[in-house]
Amino acid sequence: MIPLGGPVAAQGPVIPDFGKGSDCVVENRLFCPDWVRDNWAGTLQPALLDHVKLTLIAVAIGFVLSFGAALLTHRLRLFEKPLVAFAAIVYTIPSLALFQLLVPVTGLTVATVEVALVGYTLLILYRNILEGLRSVPPDVLEAARGMGLTRGQTLWRIELPLAVPATMAGLRVAVVSTIALATVAALVIPQGLGYPIFLALREAFKTEILVAGALAVGLALVADALLVVAERALTPWNRARRVT
Amino acid sequence: MTASLTVFGDALEFVVDERRLILHKTWEHLLLSGAALAIALVIALPVGVWLGHRHRGSFLAVNVANLGRALPSLAVIAVGVAFLGVGFWSVALALVVLAVPPIITNAYVAVDGVQTDAVEAARGMGMTDRQIITRVELPLALPLIFAGIRTATVFVVATATIAAVAGGGGLGDIIVNQAGYGLEGVVGAAICVSVLALAADGAVGLLQRALTPAGLRVESRAFETDVTISASRFRPAMSKVDGLAD
Repeated sequence: MIPLGGPVAAQGPVIPDFGKGSDCVVENRLFCPDWVRDNWAGTLQPALLDHVKLTLIAVAIGFVLSFGAALLTHRLRLFEKPLVAFAAIVYTIPSLALFQLLVPVTGLTVATVEVALVGYTLLILYRNILEGLRSVPPDVLEAARGMGLTRGQTLWRIELPLAVPATMAGLRVAVVSTIALATVAALVIPQGLGYPIFLALREAFKTEILVAGALAVGLALVADALLVVAERALTPWNRARRVT
Repeated sequence: MTASLTVFGDALEFVVDERRLILHKTWEHLLLSGAALAIALVIALPVGVWLGHRHRGSFLAVNVANLGRALPSLAVIAVGVAFLGVGFWSVALALVVLAVPPIITNAYVAVDGVQTDAVEAARGMGMTDRQIITRVELPLALPLIFAGIRTATVFVVATATIAAVAGGGGLGDIIVNQAGYGLEGVVGAAICVSVLALAADGAVGLLQRALTPAGLRVESRAFETDVTISASRFRPAMSKVDGLAD
């Protein structure tokens, strides 16, 4: 039904085989626990782990690039506009198309996926980190200078800690949207939760669609919650203020 | 560099040569996005406005937005297909789920943030709840409400591309079928999606202008920024591009 490029088309439908399995699988009922049990170790768990790996690598690289760029343009405002423009252009390319555009350059590899995923994180992370650095009130900077801090000390002790909330807000958006986009990566490589979703969509195999989809949603929600906890741990002063 | 320029040129050529196909797919795309947005508006606007009017449920309204942003669109579309089977309505329903959160949250924040003095004055003039909502709160909250609708519009138009993998039709049909249309087709259709998303955003912007009462047009800008800052301190102004990537 869906003429896909890449590995999905190359390997054809592996699962489900409606001919075997329990009555539930054969009849394609909404949810078959036995199918999930049988295919957890072979299909679902590896897809979930790959998904986490794809996301972590993309966000880590994106964060390092954005952080560097933000530190650079924090002092040299000249480069800010072109950087934002570049990141914004990348951000507007539909993901389905970007993955395919990169295939002639980097092939059907993890690199293709990671380049695209990193590209999508740049705008969110860069803007948030920069906004965080800029959100430090002028009085605070004056006070730091009055205490005799150098520019480097001001950056590490004052500006970066105060930029944590904005940075974490950006990180939350970046992680969650990378998890969402990584599902589309299955167009290019047979990895991540998108792969079982694409395969199951071709056959409309309900159990697999539902379970893989739910895993992707659950992963995004768990990641978001973990980052909220991390933000609280990193900004003890906000917590103290909230109590009083 | 020249290679990428060639691809771009070929893509534009594809769009011109295959304009009947492109127009047909664009129409499907618009129909799908439009249906999803219309349903989302009917559900989300009354809820958001009412909660904002009563100043209740801030926890719900704000967390709905976070939840909505966390939902991977392909997964939501897949779940829709699991329940309703392959086709237009299952994809439309999934898009509704994705479009509701930004509309609810912005409507809530907008109405909740209307100055209490204005509402008190209206009450003092003897207005009923209904009159307060339609004559005071809605006009004042309009800019922020529309910001949410614009976010949802751009997001739905961009995400409708993924509908193709679930039999929903639209421009995504061309994008996922590189074997049939070649790279130039993929790029051409992708350009069409981006243009469509920006055009839809612009159209909603025009609608907003038309709906804003003349007396508010001048101040609306100042009012908008004011509310945005107080409402979400560390959510930078991403609303216009939010979700395009999908």
